[in-house]
Amino acid sequence: MDLLSNLSLGFATAFTLQNLLYCFIGVTLGTLIGVLPGLGPVATIAMLLPATYALPPIAALIMLAGIYYGAQYGGSTTAILINIPGESSSVVTAIDGYQMARNGRAGVALFTAGVGSFFAGCVATLILAGFAAPLSELAFKFGPAEYFSLMVLGLIGAVVLASGSLIKAIGMIILGLLMGLIGTDVNSGTARYSFDIPQLTDGVGFVTVAMGMFGFAEIMANLEQKEHRETFLKKITNLWPTMVDFKRMVPPILRGTVLGSFLGILPGGGASLAAFGAYSLEKKMSKHQSEFGKGAIEGVAAPESANNAASQTSFIPLLTLGIPPNAVMALMVGAMTIHNIQPGPQVMTSNPALFWGLIASMWLGNVMLIILNLPMIGVWVKLLTIPYRFLYPAILVFCCIGVYSVNNTSFDIYLTAIYGILGYIFIKLGCEPAPLLLGFVLGPMMEENFRRALLLSRGDYTVFLTRPLSGGLLIAAALLVLIVALPAFKKTREEAFKEE
Amino acid sequence: MKIRNQKDFVAGLMYVGIGSFFAILARGYQMGTAAKMGSGYFPFWLGVLLAIIGAYVALRSLAPGQIEEKLAKIDIPSVLWVTGSTLVFAISLPILGLVAAVFLLVVISAMASHEFSWKGAVLNAVFLIGFTYAAFVWGLKLQFPVWPTFI
Repeated sequence: MDLLSNLSLGFATAFTLQNLLYCFIGVTLGTLIGVLPGLGPVATIAMLLPATYALPPIAALIMLAGIYYGAQYGGSTTAILINIPGESSSVVTAIDGYQMARNGRAGVALFTAGVGSFFAGCVATLILAGFAAPLSELAFKFGPAEYFSLMVLGLIGAVVLASGSLIKAIGMIILGLLMGLIGTDVNSGTARYSFDIPQLTDGVGFVTVAMGMFGFAEIMANLEQKEHRETFLKKITNLWPTMVDFKRMVPPILRGTVLGSFLGILPGGGASLAAFGAYSLEKKMSKHQSEFGKGAIEGVAAPESANNAASQTSFIPLLTLGIPPNAVMALMVGAMTIHNIQPGPQVMTSNPALFWGLIASMWLGNVMLIILNLPMIGVWVKLLTIPYRFLYPAILVFCCIGVYSVNNTSFDIYLTAIYGILGYIFIKLGCEPAPLLLGFVLGPMMEENFRRALLLSRGDYTVFLTRPLSGGLLIAAALLVLIVALPAFKKTREEAFKEE
Repeated sequence: MKIRNQKDFVAGLMYVGIGSFFAILARGYQMGTAAKMGSGYFPFWLGVLLAIIGAYVALRSLAPGQIEEKLAKIDIPSVLWVTGSTLVFAISLPILGLVAAVFLLVVISAMASHEFSWKGAVLNAVFLIGFTYAAFVWGLKLQFPVWPTFI
């Protein structure tokens, strides 16, 4: 069977000492930042991108991927123990997880989260392996018009499912697309929007934008909040759930995994949305509805399985179509281009060891995570006592060194500072930076396909609608916008995001 | 007329400003036709689209049905300390080297905190100098000036 030989190639790649080591570093770092509130995977991956230059591409990608799914594990630990979700995807876990901890069942809650995540991670790895090939086949049939429409759908989907004000988020996408166009136009050689600054003719570095908006700006915004972190911690005893617990946690884990895997593939999906969706589903279906909010084990099992499944299946659109479905995946595009790999369907055929190695590493990473997390919970919790006033200067140091080392120039730090202030203003105005980052990454690709499609059709705009695949994708995008604009849906959507 | 949603109003104006800025500059590049696009075509229409969206967002914020939302307070000292410290780092790194630049960055940025103390900031700086030296100079072998160039 093809899948088996592919997977064995993957495991052979992932099982080298070097790749295992970087996988371990990745998941450890991921757990660490998952535990620390105020430092998310986007900023961390951006900080580490420059450090991966010297690595072989496969090791770099394995490590960066580990950070993302590792963060889902770490985030749940703090959510359960001290009611502070380390990641937005653990917000719902805090509701019932913290109540379980208060009832003296912290150990059981942590165990449930760990087992749920592990199971979901294994299933998601299989889904990723199984879906990748057929989707890549489909992608090879795509022409420029289809790619353009697919990007439109991806960008629209990203904001429809994952953010606050729809129209403002679309504005941020366009702003990102425009910023992505800064630099030399590949077709004509004209330097656009570079204002005769030589460093700008190569375009704005991806790392500068990500660090400015997600590193510097977040710090400025966080500093305004006074610190109040109460560490409520009894000794964690008794990790093992009872038989009743086991019976109650299995169905939610299964449902969470399925829902999470599905939502992860959708553009704009990803871990947070999956966790929220799974929690609401469980609340509706459970026989123990009255216990929700008071320490129901289902309320931990379902969202934790879902967020881990989604963080892995969100690699599917990236690896097969070359389209990043969320901000973390946008960074992975950056990481791949740094190593001269063009993300897209051709990765699987031209670089099978990298493709399957990455997938296999995810499963190995999950094994490491469960070993790392359950016995070492005490260590992670200790980290929480580091006050923010020591933490943020450290983040700044790593950001600055990272940005500088990309091109060995101070100019990039100035740019990052400007993006930091811009990002701070965006936060203050309620404009989200994540869609901007997606637009920024897709900008040049989108223009290229737009141009080529219209060149082939001799300037006829209807080509986007008359080609069936392209038309279908655009109609899907339009439908998404329409559905969100419906009053009934609008209300539930607003409620959903209020919880975050 | 009353601006009900101040955040949206300002955000809308910002979109209009940035969109027109990009569109106007795009006029200076070759426009071309749809079939043979110049370098100004795509950015021009994106800029126009952004400006239209901005105008809609700004106008909508005046509508009577909107939720009232005031502009959030901007914490200027934090912004200045954080941004300033990174600029000092950028200027000092090529001249004073990594050790001094990290020290300045940590101490200056620490002043943004409400709980600033000299002792804490200096200790943190010493720790981070050691850490970055070990990780980036020894470990990853990145090329930085480590000590002041004039010594």
